[in-house]
Amino acid sequence: MKGRYLGISGLALILVLVCTAATADDEAIEGQESVLRISTTTSLYDTGLLDEMEEIFEGMYDVDVRTVSGGTGIAIERAVRGEADLILVHDVARERTFIEDGYGLSRTCFAYNYFIIVGPEDDPAGIAGMTPSEAMKTIMEEGMENPDEVRFVSRGDDSGTHAREKILWDRAGIDYEEVATPDNTWYVEAGQGMGPTLRMTDEMQGYTLCDTSTFAAYRTDLDLVPIIEEGDVLLNVYAAIPVSPAAFSETNCEMAADFVNYLVSDEGQDLIAEYGTETIGKPLFNPARGNCELIGCTGDECALTLAEDYCIQAEA
Amino acid sequence: MRAVELILALDPTVVEITARSLAIAVTSTAIATILVVPLGGLIHFHNFKGKRAVVNLIQTLYSLPTVTVGLVVFLLLARSGPLGSYGLLFTPGGMVIGQTILIAPIMTGLTIAALSGVGPAVRDTAVSLGASKFQAIFTIMREARAAMLAAILLGFGRALSEVGVAMMIGGNIRGYTRVLTTAIALETSRGDIEFSMALGIILVSISLIVNLLVNRVQGNWWA
Repeated sequence: MKGRYLGISGLALILVLVCTAATADDEAIEGQESVLRISTTTSLYDTGLLDEMEEIFEGMYDVDVRTVSGGTGIAIERAVRGEADLILVHDVARERTFIEDGYGLSRTCFAYNYFIIVGPEDDPAGIAGMTPSEAMKTIMEEGMENPDEVRFVSRGDDSGTHAREKILWDRAGIDYEEVATPDNTWYVEAGQGMGPTLRMTDEMQGYTLCDTSTFAAYRTDLDLVPIIEEGDVLLNVYAAIPVSPAAFSETNCEMAADFVNYLVSDEGQDLIAEYGTETIGKPLFNPARGNCELIGCTGDECALTLAEDYCIQAEA
Repeated sequence: MRAVELILALDPTVVEITARSLAIAVTSTAIATILVVPLGGLIHFHNFKGKRAVVNLIQTLYSLPTVTVGLVVFLLLARSGPLGSYGLLFTPGGMVIGQTILIAPIMTGLTIAALSGVGPAVRDTAVSLGASKFQAIFTIMREARAAMLAAILLGFGRALSEVGVAMMIGGNIRGYTRVLTTAIALETSRGDIEFSMALGIILVSISLIVNLLVNRVQGNWWA
């Protein structure tokens, strides 16, 4: 009996020690470092670019960067709930709403790439060479006729890519409500990130809309090829928006501004211009610097360094 | 509260997702029952070398992580995998396969435990009354039926509430493989908390009912 009590007390002691150590550790981190919470779209995260930037940034400042990734809709939603200091997203319409609603401070473009429609090599819907609008229309028509042969896999998760897909349907003169119904077995709504959606498209040998960067990062694992790559509607711009301290007083605006300034610095822009060369032989993203007009980011939005008193002004 | 309204008003999406969850979990449980009850019986009624090890292994698999099952079944069903030609990945059929594998160990183990719970006296009595071997087994199974039913209900509960297999094998496709757990995961991150809560309330209610049934069949109702 005595031995058993000893065992139990020993176990309790270990538990107490572990808990104390854990709390002490937590306090140590909070005492020295500040925390920057980034809510990002999946493409920056899935390609590994953000991991690399995070590491460099943590070396420059005494900061612990915590990144959560989700589609643009989810990334913005987290910031609206006060769970982020900075968002990195790619849906200009919702970015503007986010700022107008008082949650975001300002929009800084820092990178771009293009959307592409990818699909099986044998192109069952025969869309090669078409404009994006014609392609979407043809996929729908062929899908209605042969739902087992021609499928379109949608992100279906309110992401920036999903938003662009809706614009493509709209440009093709098709009502999205008519596309996204469960009766349409050719139209598959994944409700997941870009990586899982690409895998699903590959398994089903269907078509999907994807950004060039994520596709390049996943390409070697997939039997899919880019089929539609040209069209103004396919330009995809990434922007950073610090969360307003007026909306959430505990937000780490200073560090968010520092991160934006790192993104648009020569060092940050060079990294964006080079990232991927080592692993896949060509860059995954294009830097915004020098291309502002092309990507439609004018004035303050054009990859510029934020003012020194940026956060103080924001609070006033 | 909108969550409650969605349930009371029988919102079509809520009803559809709930019905699909139940259909897939019931199918998995039915298939698992057909497979594992005889298997559990086989293991219990036969004495063989390594029986203890087999039972231990089955018990270890009780807590088989759902994502591991998801991974293995994914590799089996993927287009490049051994069963790829059947096109089962991202279909309800694929989910049934995954869930069946997931719940089979706990159902087998509990079946063995249920049969072991029947005292040797029952068998001896049956044999002394002139029962054949088969009749004796049947008698024991009948005696153990409450505990075996509990095993089946527990398997059903696990199939219904797991998210790993449903997400990895089903793929959360709207109107096709989206079930209660994966819909909750998506809608919560998307920000439709009320919708998630409606589905969460349904999931908890079903689990509660299953648990009450388990208690009921084990004879300790409200205990």
